[in-house]
Amino acid sequence: MSKLLTVVALGAALTIVPAFTNPAGTGPATREQTADEQVKHVLNRLAFGPRPGEYERVRAMGVDKWIDAQLRPDRIDDRAAEEFIASHFPAARMSPGDLMSQYPMVNAAQLARRAQGKQLTREDSVQFMQTARRNYQFIGQLMSERIARAEISERQLDDVMTEFWLNHFNVFVAKGQPERYFLADYESNVIRPRAMGKFHDLLEAVAKSPAMLFYLDNWESMRDSTRPALAQDNRAGMRLGGGALRRRPGAFGGRGIGMNGMGDPRRDSLMQLAAQRRPKGLNENYGRELLELHTLGVDGGYTQQDVINAARALTGWTIDRPRQDAEFVFRAQMHDAGEKIVLGHAMPAGRGMEDGEELLRIVATHPATARFIATKLVRRFVSDSAPKALVDRAAATFTRTDGDIREVVRTIVTSDEFFSRAAYKSKVKSPFELVVSARRAVGAQPDTTPRTAAIIARLGQPMYGHQAPDGYPDVGDAWINTGSILNRINFGLALAAGRVPGVSANGWPDANALARAPRDSQVDGVIRTFLRGEASPDTRKILLSGTNPLAASAAAVDTLTADDTEPMMRGKQNNNLPGARKLGLPSGDPLGRGSPQLSGLTQIVGLAFGAPEFQRR
Amino acid sequence: MNRRVFMKAGAMSLVTMGLNPTFLRRAVFAQGLPGGTKGKILICLFQRGAADALNIVVPHGEAEYYRLRPNIGIPRPGTLSAGPAGVMGNANSVGAIDLDGFFGLHPSLAPMKELYDRGLLAPVHAVGSPSNTRSHFDAQDYMETGTPDNKGTSDGWLNRYLAVRGTCAECQKPSAFNAVAFASQTPRILEGPAPTIAMASLDDFTVRATGSDVQRLEALYRTGSADLIHGAGAETFDAVKMLKSANPQQYQPANGANYPNSPFARSLKQIAQLIKSNVGLEVAFADVGGWDTHVQQGAATGQLANRLGDFAQSISALVADLGEKMGDVVIVTMSEFGRMARQNGTGGTDHGHAGALFVIGGEVKGHKVYGKWPGLAREQLYEGRDLALTTDFRTVFAEILSKHLGAHGSEKIFPGFDAKQGWLGVV
Repeated sequence: MSKLLTVVALGAALTIVPAFTNPAGTGPATREQTADEQVKHVLNRLAFGPRPGEYERVRAMGVDKWIDAQLRPDRIDDRAAEEFIASHFPAARMSPGDLMSQYPMVNAAQLARRAQGKQLTREDSVQFMQTARRNYQFIGQLMSERIARAEISERQLDDVMTEFWLNHFNVFVAKGQPERYFLADYESNVIRPRAMGKFHDLLEAVAKSPAMLFYLDNWESMRDSTRPALAQDNRAGMRLGGGALRRRPGAFGGRGIGMNGMGDPRRDSLMQLAAQRRPKGLNENYGRELLELHTLGVDGGYTQQDVINAARALTGWTIDRPRQDAEFVFRAQMHDAGEKIVLGHAMPAGRGMEDGEELLRIVATHPATARFIATKLVRRFVSDSAPKALVDRAAATFTRTDGDIREVVRTIVTSDEFFSRAAYKSKVKSPFELVVSARRAVGAQPDTTPRTAAIIARLGQPMYGHQAPDGYPDVGDAWINTGSILNRINFGLALAAGRVPGVSANGWPDANALARAPRDSQVDGVIRTFLRGEASPDTRKILLSGTNPLAASAAAVDTLTADDTEPMMRGKQNNNLPGARKLGLPSGDPLGRGSPQLSGLTQIVGLAFGAPEFQRR
Repeated sequence: MNRRVFMKAGAMSLVTMGLNPTFLRRAVFAQGLPGGTKGKILICLFQRGAADALNIVVPHGEAEYYRLRPNIGIPRPGTLSAGPAGVMGNANSVGAIDLDGFFGLHPSLAPMKELYDRGLLAPVHAVGSPSNTRSHFDAQDYMETGTPDNKGTSDGWLNRYLAVRGTCAECQKPSAFNAVAFASQTPRILEGPAPTIAMASLDDFTVRATGSDVQRLEALYRTGSADLIHGAGAETFDAVKMLKSANPQQYQPANGANYPNSPFARSLKQIAQLIKSNVGLEVAFADVGGWDTHVQQGAATGQLANRLGDFAQSISALVADLGEKMGDVVIVTMSEFGRMARQNGTGGTDHGHAGALFVIGGEVKGHKVYGKWPGLAREQLYEGRDLALTTDFRTVFAEILSKHLGAHGSEKIFPGFDAKQGWLGVV
């Protein structure tokens, strides 16, 4: 039995199949990667790494057929994942209004109690704490839902693209209390349905989303008082909403980060707050980032005047009843109806919402946008250096297909550059990719607690936790430094020890069979399963070594004695994460305390997940 | 010395095993790490939530102050409590601790008065960001990026300092512990191209493996190709060993320094540990929340007083602990904005504009309150309600970076701002 496994393992590790002789039809002979490598490559780029048995499935289906299928997510049966998500993460499907009534803002609860004539008693404080805790629960659900999807959805490329766009159109959970209520809508209704659609549709949906309107302040941007408003009769048919500018006092009182933004229950103070919050004029924030980060790119050839005029075109794009159902509305009273020129296009005076719509069409179809989006996608799928020839072709596809994301992705992931030797294993996994790929590799059950989200945060990539609008970087340098390697290693050890939710030590499919196998079979089994059979000879030797590899010579052990390797702190530890709470994450150490004891197979698994090889995809 | 022995012998044992010791060829490893902190150190402490500057550095000589804050104002120096003896140790004095006849410190800041008297501490008043935002989020962003009203900045000013400093030819490769933030994620102020470490606690900075697995993991990163991941891995294990040999677990604060039992104090204590371990720390960052005092902030006692007590005792313990070393250290505190001059309807204060900060260190020209005082009369207030700004925070930070750390290129650290002028002479 064990001998057979060894043979299989070695076979998988050592077989080299030239691409052009592959019977499964994995594409043209110009591809530099072997057929075996192509399968691994697509599972690491178009998916979040292989699950048990997936390599074999893709290999049997053929790489090109599999890519084709992934490009058509609507035709992939994903009911199992959908059902799991619907039953475990209900908050991820709820509207902002439902979320607000079910998980009220802290201030709202406080105000409600004050309105009942109650004092700020101890009981009140407890109530606030509970409200706050419930708030964290639903934010945790939104993060866990994204992780679960990445883990179990069959529509892997669709999910890769959703994560890509969520990062491209980044929003921040702690921008202010309201933002968290808009995130579920943003992911499920704005981004995901359009992740492989037309770029213009996606851009417009983002522009109208409460999440982005709030995050980049456009919801409160209004014409400067020197600018003309729309004539009264032009406003007919537009949804005005009663007293749009006389915002209800305290609507967003206490816009502080996290839960400490205690609103002020007293009326006079509320009036002051309301006065602070009242829109004062043009806010260029969204206009600028729309051009710089969402479409043209920083070198896209626009001027500061274009930024101002883009912002003017978008005045009046705001949020209706932000504390109730929070829907997009165009408010004519806020709109700057003056004439504007953006990127050389003249917009005549006297228009309303069509200014913004035209602006979005202009930037969505701009050649600089084609290039900027193509570059980011090539960087995501191929390599940090984004080969220029491929960017050119992807940008051409973007332009030719009127920004059809699916076709741009197809150009990229069927290219020779994608299947080149240089691209193979060239990308460093982001923390999200590392954690999800490890969980997929061991066939983990999705985590219904926020702990996996907290681990990803600990590794440096809190979800919805990037404050600046540029999103997380997509290059290896950004993720690899002294502290991050340590966290990655410790995550691998915790996972192998079964300390990560949904993962049991040795719960992966081959573990049972390998449990009693000789060490070399175990090592080869682990390398085959988790490192795609591609460990360096050194790595294999180290995993094989039953004794300390550095201790062969007694003098080798200098500062590292056996005692030294004990956990640094025994007994009481304080590994609380400052700042975790404001991001909606539990405090406390998500990897558990102290060092897990690993031996035999779990030890090999822990080392493999901690190895340099697993940090790449 | 020890480390070199390890390197040599360790490498030999790897060769014996037939492993390929690529790491020996790596310049970074052969170079050796800085043996000690010869250089200067900057510690930045962020009070998140907008600290109420007017009750921290109290303008007790300003009659307007008491009209604006009838219930929460800190009484004039020497005022005694009408009630039973206070808990502040200082009998029942509830008044501000006088500094110069016009300004005083909140009574909870007694430990800082000591530093002031020793000439180590300088408050700067009416300082902050020129942006008119009263959003915590935006204002913290601006203070950390150093670019008020520009949200597009991707890096923080402390990181830009490190990056600009790092380009000089004679600079040695900095230690892994060159810039450390005690936070779960890299704070905005340290985001950017220069390498930094963010950790919730020194205890986190360890390989959580038992027995010889630590060596196995190390060997995984010290063999194989000399790429980004292997390089960073090798540096990581160097850093872990460096910290271990400094033995922070056995740390005993010096000079009877008495750190409170709070997360903030723990961060400061660990900063002291790093400094005294000579691991090459140059820039440290920690933050402390709880300053958003909209409701019942109290006066000489209460919510804000408790916060300030922890704040002052922690800083004072750090200064005591560092002892002579404070000659090389500057501590600067900051908060995103101040609070409204007038108390609100619930015994608290709402979001305001200018604030106050402290600069502490051996090189600091202390025993003086810096900054032009704008006054609190209605027409003197910013937008009729907040303390007006007379010193841009970048001026203070630039002066410290330049005079203390010897930074060049302030135009790169604070783009679009002339940070070479208007220095207060605080260091």
